[in-house]
Amino acid sequence: MDALNALIMLANFVLIPATAYGSQLALGALGITLIYGILRFSHFAHGDVMAIGTAVVILTTWGLQGAGVSFGVLPTALLALPVGIAFTILYLLAMDRVVYRFYRRVRAKPMVFVMASLGVMFVTNGLTRLLIGPGEQRFADGARFVISARDFRTWTGLSEGLALRSTQLLTVVVALIAMGILFYFLNRTRSGKSMRAYSDNEDLALLSGINPERVVMITWVIAGTLMCLAGTLYGLDKIFRPFTFFQLLLPMFAAAIVGGLGNPLGAIVGGYVIAFSELGVTYAWRRFAGYFLPPDWMPEGLMQILPVDYKFAVTFAILVLVLIFRPTGIFRGKVI
Amino acid sequence: MKKLVLASAISALAAGGAFAEDINIGVILGFTGPLESITPGMAAGAEMAMSEVNAGGGILSGSMINSVRADSTCIDSAAAQAGAERLITSDNVVAIMGADCSGVTRAILENVAMANGIPMISPSATSPGFTEFDSGGLFFRTSPSDARQGQVLADILVRRGITSVATTHTNNDYGLGLATAFNEAFEAAGGTVTATVPHEEAKGDYSAEVGALASAGGEALMVLGYVDGGGSMISTAWDLGAFDHFFVGDGVYGDDLLPRIGEAASGLVGTVPWAVGAAADRFVEVYTEAGVDGASSYVAESYDAAALLMLAAQAAGEATPAGIAANVLNVANAPGEEIFAGDLARAVQILAEGGEVNYQGATNVELIGFGEASGSYREFNVVDGDFATVQYH
Repeated sequence: MDALNALIMLANFVLIPATAYGSQLALGALGITLIYGILRFSHFAHGDVMAIGTAVVILTTWGLQGAGVSFGVLPTALLALPVGIAFTILYLLAMDRVVYRFYRRVRAKPMVFVMASLGVMFVTNGLTRLLIGPGEQRFADGARFVISARDFRTWTGLSEGLALRSTQLLTVVVALIAMGILFYFLNRTRSGKSMRAYSDNEDLALLSGINPERVVMITWVIAGTLMCLAGTLYGLDKIFRPFTFFQLLLPMFAAAIVGGLGNPLGAIVGGYVIAFSELGVTYAWRRFAGYFLPPDWMPEGLMQILPVDYKFAVTFAILVLVLIFRPTGIFRGKVI
Repeated sequence: MKKLVLASAISALAAGGAFAEDINIGVILGFTGPLESITPGMAAGAEMAMSEVNAGGGILSGSMINSVRADSTCIDSAAAQAGAERLITSDNVVAIMGADCSGVTRAILENVAMANGIPMISPSATSPGFTEFDSGGLFFRTSPSDARQGQVLADILVRRGITSVATTHTNNDYGLGLATAFNEAFEAAGGTVTATVPHEEAKGDYSAEVGALASAGGEALMVLGYVDGGGSMISTAWDLGAFDHFFVGDGVYGDDLLPRIGEAASGLVGTVPWAVGAAADRFVEVYTEAGVDGASSYVAESYDAAALLMLAAQAAGEATPAGIAANVLNVANAPGEEIFAGDLARAVQILAEGGEVNYQGATNVELIGFGEASGSYREFNVVDGDFATVQYH
């Protein structure tokens, strides 16, 4: 019984939140890794494009709610997603047309692209604030819980509760579906194969008659879809605030680099590695240990490796360690 | 020769000051800086008390009160000290109403006011640090120390039979000061604080903080911060089933709180500074008539601070810094006739006739310890989705 209680507690405070957070990071990191693999630059505007896409989803959701449309137990935001995704894709394509295409034509160095994306980041940053303001927005509706902590205790008679929010379940399900479709696309379809070819060797791909502009466009379409999905799921599960999305840039990049830049599978694994480390390292293990240790062995302290304030430091530490000892990342991606 | 002329000129000026009809009182507040939105109201509150006294014929048989403003900036100690220096040396103020923020107030007190022997009454410096600081009887405040709120919160927990609590506070001086005050008071009363975890404002996710607190355990969660981060901590802790009972400090109280925390409100209890009864009612009448927005932050405390300085001068029988400093506590506390907002002229009259007053003012002023407001707090809980008063402390 003690072991079961300990397991439930761990699931409640670490496993479930980390899985949901990891899925959100993985979706973001997938976009980063695709852009890095195919367009060959670090897309610094990622977090802010996520924010503006999510802002459009939120505005559409409010419109739908105002019109009396709802999606039953599921959040109305899911109905608004297509609008947001379409907007994000159009926005990225417009940015590509206005900014990146020029540098591609002059074959600029990757660093120039990175700086250009930094500029896009600032512009997007401002546009998001103009569109929806700098404050916090909540747009989740529908059923809040699949399992609520208090009901769980009543049903099972255990002393520990287990909470599973519907947005957490939704995040994981949607992320898995999106990843499945992406891998099918990359490995089985003609366009996907041409993207991988372009990523492996640009000149050889051009010689085989692959249209580079088409590959670039498809990359933005996929990346835009992933960004809007990641942003909306994060906003539904936690909160939406433009600045918070900007801050997500660090863990998302860390996830992509840890997994191996340019490697989609790596981005997914990296997302979960970052999420589980952040929560695991800052979790206080005292009560967990208490279920296994005899009462007099119970430690005085909280058994916390790092205080919660250092959550971002964990991400940094992992990033630095990976860059020093295995710069290609877990799955042998590209070296920055 | 030159020196002699200068010296006689100065003594003539000083003598002139002493015999002049008018009495200058400094009002030093952060008219620029982080508090610039509320300081005009605070200054208006203080000057409302001065005009009320002037309209009733002034103090000390006809001396009128002048307000001289200076800028404390709230954050820049050097600028605040220069402003206070100017008030004392060139405007000859006998006392200072201010300053506002705890940091600059401390700087002015230590480096300017104490050096010149000028008494100060701050309407809004709530740092517990002042309680221990020996100002030589020159410093008073009409807002209660956060140490007092920590004590009130600890008492509430003890009375409700709670013996162990986990504390979380917003990560700044206010949060840390209040959390330290509460933890000390609660442990002194025999309670156990299982953990103290800081939280940042405006984050996306608070489950890690809640996880650490839950692991430490405790019968309730004490949240000392603001509506934003504090509200998110409460809703996260409720969702994860980590805590069922929540206690909050004044910063978490606000209209935005209840929609944010949903069902968790059913187990919420908190404190917020609150003036009640005749004092509050009378002050509403006074500021409505004067056309001042008295409901804004610290306007009532500013009114009381200025009123206390004037009444202390009258009680001393002379408008000197030493006389005012020595009489603030006499007019603020019992015994004597209770004086509310709008009664200032009558209070001056009573004092002039040799009687005693017990100034209540707009906030039920009661100065304890070195001379800080004991403060009245409203203990609230949530009934049917709205804040309800449990009792006043």
